[in-house]
Amino acid sequence: MSEAAPVPKRSNGRDRPEAIVVGAGHNGLVAACYLARAGLRVLVLERNAYVGGAAVSRRLFRGFTYSNCSYVCSLLRTEIIRALDLPSYGLQIIPYEGGCTLMRDGGHLALYDNHDALRREIGRHSRRDAEAYDRFMRDMLRHCRFIKPLLLRAPPDPTTLRPRDLRELLYLGRHFSGLGEERMYDTLRFWTMSCADLLDEYFESEIVKAHLAGSSIIGTALGPRSPGTAYVLLHHYMGSIDGTVGAWGFARGGMGAITQALASALRANGGEIRTEASVDRILTRNGRATGVVLSGGEELHAKIVVSNLDVRRTFLESMDAADLPQEFLAQVRRFKIRGSSGKLNIALDGLPRFPAIPPGAPCIRGDMHVTDTIDMLERAYDDWKEGRWSRRPYIDMLIPTQIDPTMAPPGKHYMSVFVQYCPYHLAEGPWTEERRARFGQTVIDSIAQHSPGFRDLILHAEIRTPWEIEKEVGLTEGNIFQGELTFDQLLFNRPIPGYAQYRSPIRGLYMCGSSTHPGGGVMGAPGANSAAAILRDLRR
Amino acid sequence: MSACRYDCIVVGGGHNGLTCAAYLARAGRSVLVLEAQEAVGGAARTREFAPGFRVSACAHLLHLMPGWLSRELDLPRHGLRMAAERMPTFALSAAAGVLRIDPRTHGAPAGLSGVDARAYPRYAARMNRLAAALSALLEAVPPRLGTGAWRDRLTLLRLGARLRFIGRRDLREALRIGGMCVQDLLDEHFESPLLKGALAFDAVLGTNYGPRSPGTVFTLLYRMAAGTASAHAVAQPAGGLGALCEALAAAARSAGATIRTGVPVASIVLRDDRAAGVRLETGEEFEAGCIISNADPATTFLDLLGAEHLDTGFVRRVAHLRTRGMTAKLHLALERPPRFAGLEDASPGRIVLAPSPESIECAFNHAKYGEFSTLPALEVLVPSAADPTLAPHGKHVLSAVVQYAPYRLAAGWTEHRHQFLDAILALLEAHAPGLRDSVCAAELLTPQDIETQFRIRGGHWHHAELALDQFFMVRPVPGAAQYRAPVHGLYLCGAGCHPGGGVMGVAGRNAAREVLREAA
Repeated sequence: MSEAAPVPKRSNGRDRPEAIVVGAGHNGLVAACYLARAGLRVLVLERNAYVGGAAVSRRLFRGFTYSNCSYVCSLLRTEIIRALDLPSYGLQIIPYEGGCTLMRDGGHLALYDNHDALRREIGRHSRRDAEAYDRFMRDMLRHCRFIKPLLLRAPPDPTTLRPRDLRELLYLGRHFSGLGEERMYDTLRFWTMSCADLLDEYFESEIVKAHLAGSSIIGTALGPRSPGTAYVLLHHYMGSIDGTVGAWGFARGGMGAITQALASALRANGGEIRTEASVDRILTRNGRATGVVLSGGEELHAKIVVSNLDVRRTFLESMDAADLPQEFLAQVRRFKIRGSSGKLNIALDGLPRFPAIPPGAPCIRGDMHVTDTIDMLERAYDDWKEGRWSRRPYIDMLIPTQIDPTMAPPGKHYMSVFVQYCPYHLAEGPWTEERRARFGQTVIDSIAQHSPGFRDLILHAEIRTPWEIEKEVGLTEGNIFQGELTFDQLLFNRPIPGYAQYRSPIRGLYMCGSSTHPGGGVMGAPGANSAAAILRDLRR
Repeated sequence: MSACRYDCIVVGGGHNGLTCAAYLARAGRSVLVLEAQEAVGGAARTREFAPGFRVSACAHLLHLMPGWLSRELDLPRHGLRMAAERMPTFALSAAAGVLRIDPRTHGAPAGLSGVDARAYPRYAARMNRLAAALSALLEAVPPRLGTGAWRDRLTLLRLGARLRFIGRRDLREALRIGGMCVQDLLDEHFESPLLKGALAFDAVLGTNYGPRSPGTVFTLLYRMAAGTASAHAVAQPAGGLGALCEALAAAARSAGATIRTGVPVASIVLRDDRAAGVRLETGEEFEAGCIISNADPATTFLDLLGAEHLDTGFVRRVAHLRTRGMTAKLHLALERPPRFAGLEDASPGRIVLAPSPESIECAFNHAKYGEFSTLPALEVLVPSAADPTLAPHGKHVLSAVVQYAPYRLAAGWTEHRHQFLDAILALLEAHAPGLRDSVCAAELLTPQDIETQFRIRGGHWHHAELALDQFFMVRPVPGAAQYRAPVHGLYLCGAGCHPGGGVMGVAGRNAAREVLREAA
C-alpha cells in the first residue's frame, strides 16, 4: 500500500481486501455481495459520491426524487433478490397496473392487467389482434422459459474442447432439443428475426404492433425492422415481478432503492464501499492483476480486481495497452457501444391530463408510450442513423408518484421520460447547451401534443443526452446496456469471443458489468455470474 | 388419360425445374416439364425486349452454379459456352474514381492504396475461407431437428465437424460476424467508402435489407459461398442466361424428359390425399407418381394446391413467408456503346454504382416506406460487349439490377414508373455522359412486373427473402424444408427452398435426390 494513502484502517495485511470491485453499479454490488457472502474481504470503489451507477434515486430538485437513469424494474433476477435477501434491506417493487400508447390522431391503446379488459381494448382496434395477443404472449412466455436458465450461467465457448465448455454445450443442446421439433424451428427463427416481421406474423393493427415494438428498440442503435430486434424485445420480457413473467414495476423510493439494498446487504456481509474513489488504473504484474491506483495516486492492492466498467473503459482506459495481447485489444476496440437514448426527468406541479384516456383509467399508472406506427419508430431510427435526434421520438414515460408518493411533495408528481433515439454524435456538431435544450423541447412538445397544459405544469426538467449519461455514470456513449445487444455481441460473443466467461487475459482481473453476458438492464446476472466464476477459480 | 401418366411432373421450367428434371430423367424416370411461358428459363430467360436487342430477363450473370453440376449434366456438350469468364467488378464513383475487384483473387483491388490496400488481402482471404466452409452447408439437404433419424444427425454432425475444422480463430470470427451488419464489418477493416460501398452492395443485392441491417454479413458470405464452387467465377453465358436454360433443357431431353411450353398449370390434383397429377388451365390433366413444383412456395401451396388441403399452422407459416421483392431490373437498347467515365471502353465487367455504404442505406431508407430510391444503387452490365449477338451490329444492350424498388409503391407503380426510370437514367447519365441520348428502347421490370411475367408471387427473385430466419432448416417453412411438402407425392424444387435463389441449380438437384430417395 502506498504511504500517502489516507486509509489508516487498511494498513495491516490481514485487513487488506482480497477483492476490489471497480464501480458500484448494481452489477458491481451484486458481485461484491456474492463474494462477501463467500467470505472474501471485498472493497468496492465508486467514483461518484453515491453508489448505484445508473440505478440511483437522486434529489436534484427540492422535494423531488428522480430515478434519473434507469427508471423501472423487472429484470432483476429473483434468484439474486432471494439469495441476498434484498427485501429485508428495504427493497420493495410495486408492479404497475397497465400501460398505454397515445396516437397522433388522439386515439389510444390501453394495456390492462385484467385479461378481459385487455381483450376488449385490443378488440376495439382489431378483433383478430385480440385473439392473436394471447397467442403472442404465450409464445413470448415460451421464449422466456427457454432463455431463463441461460441467464445465470456463463456461456460456453463453442470453439474449445474443455470439458466444462463441452458439458455446457451439451446442456444447451439438450435444453434446445427439449423444445420439440416445431418449437426448435420457431426458436431458431425468433432469434434472428426483426421485431417488425415478428409482429406482422401476429397482428394487423398498427397501434398494437407499435405499442409492442417499443421494447425492441429501447437502448439499441437498431430500428424495429432490423433483424435481431425480436431478441431485444424478449430481453425486455424475460424479467418478472413476484412470479409474473414479463411484468414491470417501480422500486419504492426510486431505482436507487435497489442499489441501496444491495449496498446494505454488502455491508451486512462485511464488505466495504468507498465512494469518491475514482480508479485511475488497474495494476498488473507479470500478467496478473495486483490492484488499482486511484486518481489521487493512492494504490490499493488485491489479488482479485473485478471491473464493473464497460469493456472499453476497463481495457482501453484503465490499463496499459502493453499489458494486454494485441489481438484482444483489437477485439475490445471493435466492441460496439452506441449511444442512442436520452432521458428527461420532470418535476410536475400536478398530474398531467391525457384527454385521450378515459378518466380514472389505470393505464396512466404504468408506462405511456408516444408512438403510433412501426414506420414512425423506423423513421425515428433513420434520424439517429443520420446523426439527429428523432424529430418524432419514441417516448416511454411514467409517473411513479401516482403509486409511490415518497418521490414528490404532496400533490406534485415526478415524471420519468425515456427517449429513443438521441445520438451521441450529432451531425451538426458537438452537443451544446443550446442543442440539449432543443432536444428537450422536441420531447416536451411531443408530450404536450397529447397533454394540453403539460408545459405549464413543469417545475423543473433535467434533460439528459447520451453525453450527460456518459459523464455522470461512466457508461461509454451513454449506452444503457454497456454495449449493443446484437448477435455479434450476445452469449459467447459478449463482450469478446473467447472471453465471455467473465475472465480476462489478465489473471485475477474479471469483468462483471452489463458488457458481459447476459447484458444490460437492471438484472444483476452479470454480477452474480462473475462472482461465480471468481469463486470457482478460488475453489471456494 | 392413363396414356399421359408420368413418374414425375415438374411444374415450371425455370433453371431449377430443368435441373431437377434432368437429374430425374437421368435416373430413369419418365419426366414431364410443364412451362407456362412460350420458352423455358423462367426468370433466367433471354428475351428480346426491343427489335434485335436481347437480354437476360432477371438474372444476368452466372456466378453461383457449382462446376460439378455443370459437369454432371454435361452442359458444355449441350451447348453451354461462356462469352466472358472471371469478370471483374468495377466500382465507380464520381468522387473516388475506379476500383477494379477481381473475383477469387485476394490481392488488393487495382486503384486502392494505403491502409486499405494492405488490409484487403487479409480480409479477402479470411472471408473466402469462411465462404468455403459455408459452401458445404449450401449443398446439403437441410436436416430435420429432433427426429432422431440417423441421417439428420449425421448431416448436423458433418456440418458441425466441418465448421470446427476451419480452425479456432476462423470459427470464432465466423460466429461473431455471422449475424452482423455488413457496414460494421467493413468499417472494422476499411476506410475507402468506394470499396466499402462495392462490398456492401454485394451483401444487400436482391434483399430487403440495407448495409446497416444485421444479418447482411451472412448474405454476403452466402453469395461468396455459392460462388466458390462456380467453374467460371463470375461469367456471362454466350446467348445470355437463357442459353444456360436451353442447355439444361437439352440435357433433360437427351435423358428422355418431355418438356412442354405454353401450358400454364392451374392446379395440383390430389387423389386419396396424395398429389397424383396436375390440371392445366385448358382443363387437360396429367397423372404422375409425384409432382415437383418449381413455382414459389406461396404459389405452390396456396394457389396450385389450395390451403384447404393443408393444416392451418402450416398455411399460416406459408402466408408469413416474406416474399416481397425489392429489386428492379432495367434493360436499355443503346445506339452507341456506353462510355463510363474512368473505364477504358464498354469492357466486359460488372459495374457497381454504389459510392458508399451510406449511399446504399440512404437508398434503402426510401424503400422501407414504399418509395423508390431516388439515388438507387446499381449493378450494370453491358452484355453485348462480350457477346455481340445480343444486339444489332454496332449497337448495345445495357442490363442493370436496381436496388431498391419496393413491391408496393405507395404512390402506385403505374403512375410513377417513368419517374423511377428517369431517376435511374439520370444516375447512369452522370456516370456515362451521353448514354441517355443513345437510348432507343427501355424496359423497366418492377417487382410487380416480375410477379406477373414470371409468376413469382411478390416478385422476389429468391422466391422468399434470403435471411437467417428463412434459411436452411426453416426455408421455406418448417415442415417443407426437405423439399417435401406435407402432402404425399408433392415436392418443391425452386429458389424458395434451400439454398435459395440465384442461378445455382442446387435446389433442383437436391429435390431430385429427395424424390429418388423416397422412391428407392
